[in-house]
Amino acid sequence: MITLAHAYIVGGLFFAAASLFSFVDASNPRRWLNGGFWGLLAVSFLAGSQLGDLGNGLLALGLVVIATIGLGQGGAETSSAEQRRASAARNGNLLFLPALIIPAVALAGTLIAKETSWGARVIDPAQATLVSLVLGALIATAVVMAWLRPPLLAPLREGRRLIDAVGWAAILPQMLASLGAVFLAAGVGDQVGRLFADYVPLDTRTLAVSAYCIGMALFTLIMGNAFAAFPVMTAAVGLPIVVQELGGDPARVCAIGMLAGFCGTLMTPIAANFNVVPANLLELPDRKAALNGVIRAQIPTAIPLLLANILLMRFLAFPA
Amino acid sequence: MLVLLGIGVVVLGFVLRANPLLVVMAAALTTGLAAAWTPESDLAAMIAAAVATLESFGKAFNDNRYVSVVWLVLMAIGLLERAGLQERARAVIARVRAATVGRLLWVYFFIRQGAAALGLTSLGGHAQMVRPLIAPMAEGAAEARFGTLPDRERYLIRSHAAAADNIALFFGEDIFIAIASILLIKGFLEANGIVVEPLELSLWAIPTALAALAIHSLRLWLLDARLRRTLAKPGAGA
Repeated sequence: MITLAHAYIVGGLFFAAASLFSFVDASNPRRWLNGGFWGLLAVSFLAGSQLGDLGNGLLALGLVVIATIGLGQGGAETSSAEQRRASAARNGNLLFLPALIIPAVALAGTLIAKETSWGARVIDPAQATLVSLVLGALIATAVVMAWLRPPLLAPLREGRRLIDAVGWAAILPQMLASLGAVFLAAGVGDQVGRLFADYVPLDTRTLAVSAYCIGMALFTLIMGNAFAAFPVMTAAVGLPIVVQELGGDPARVCAIGMLAGFCGTLMTPIAANFNVVPANLLELPDRKAALNGVIRAQIPTAIPLLLANILLMRFLAFPA
Repeated sequence: MLVLLGIGVVVLGFVLRANPLLVVMAAALTTGLAAAWTPESDLAAMIAAAVATLESFGKAFNDNRYVSVVWLVLMAIGLLERAGLQERARAVIARVRAATVGRLLWVYFFIRQGAAALGLTSLGGHAQMVRPLIAPMAEGAAEARFGTLPDRERYLIRSHAAAADNIALFFGEDIFIAIASILLIKGFLEANGIVVEPLELSLWAIPTALAALAIHSLRLWLLDARLRRTLAKPGAGA
């Protein structure tokens, strides 16, 4: 059966290749830093479970130190603009097909693993989507290699080119998830909820609904994740005030409350995988700014939508 | 109260534009130390608390590796870029006369939101779809109308391509019953003695999904109007 452990080995080999290509890349004055960064990540993927908790903590600290000193941008061996135009003209719309293999395999693999008994023996049903996504990526790579016959090392070189463009932001989502675990252990969420409940007027349905929705958005904005904000704000305001005191329907209050939190996700650089990673992938010049182009494009939708959520909760969540 | 210092570190770090990885690590250590601190704590106790925090961070870092495994898709995407995928996407869209940036992004938004509502959250994404396909197509649509784009408009269009992906995903996925946020709500309510069906939760995500579609449709229509206003000057473009 293919599990996440196999996906980690493939991922580790990919990062190890990125590390090696970085070390030998004379065009990058910071090649030792890039090589070290991807190398540490490769160690984490290949041997993380043998390192112990302190070992993994030190490894994460090492990644932080290297990223703080600063990564360089590797010189990429890739095709020229003319070669790309010629290949685009020669291969036509068939080029789109391999890009669609990845989501198609991810979806098909998930369904097969969850819905069929033989599929559950091939793909770990507990991690079906992630395992299938990795399978899709490998199948798409193999299809392009067999079809276009680029040099044998091309997938690793091209992968390194793109992962270098993403840079340290590649592991920010993973780091934030780890910070969430530390926050949870220290009881940060409970404290914030208590503060909010003590200092905000919550006497009427409109006030309480507004406080809950805006609180969800603001706390999500600070934490970068509506999942972290939801238990805190709902335990502080949503459940005791909006539902129990003022008579809101719990399913409707919570469903809309979570979506109010998503409005906050659209406005924060801390939600790195949604707002910072694409700015890097798209090579926006302001990608390092707190309010980069992606966030600025999203705020004018997020604020009216937050208002819409307040109105929807106020008028839909109190059936009686 | 002291444990809230960690949140302060996060906010301060982003205000000062420190490296976000450094901010995260500093916030974790601050929180761990603050939680362990008492007026009687000596240096040895604080060092022990820092080590314990590093351990719990390291355990979580290892448990969350699946978050970073998605980068494997970059191999296939890089190969296709090498073979001219972006150039092809631009050429295709440039030939469609009706395509404007706003209409193209609207079609993508609609498909992405609908697919997410059916649980197909992996149909899309920034590395898989936006960088290789959607952003170049949107730029191609603008170039076909207005000629070479100034940097300001080019980056505006790219930003809107990423925004369409995010907004469509966020306000589509909760309509699907087996998504993490729905399961989180169900679990939270159950822990508080209230039993709800996932279907009930996903049903009440539909009004917000429609509101998101309406608001963002208007935004994309305004984007087209803005591009027309700023780019279609006499003599500019082909």
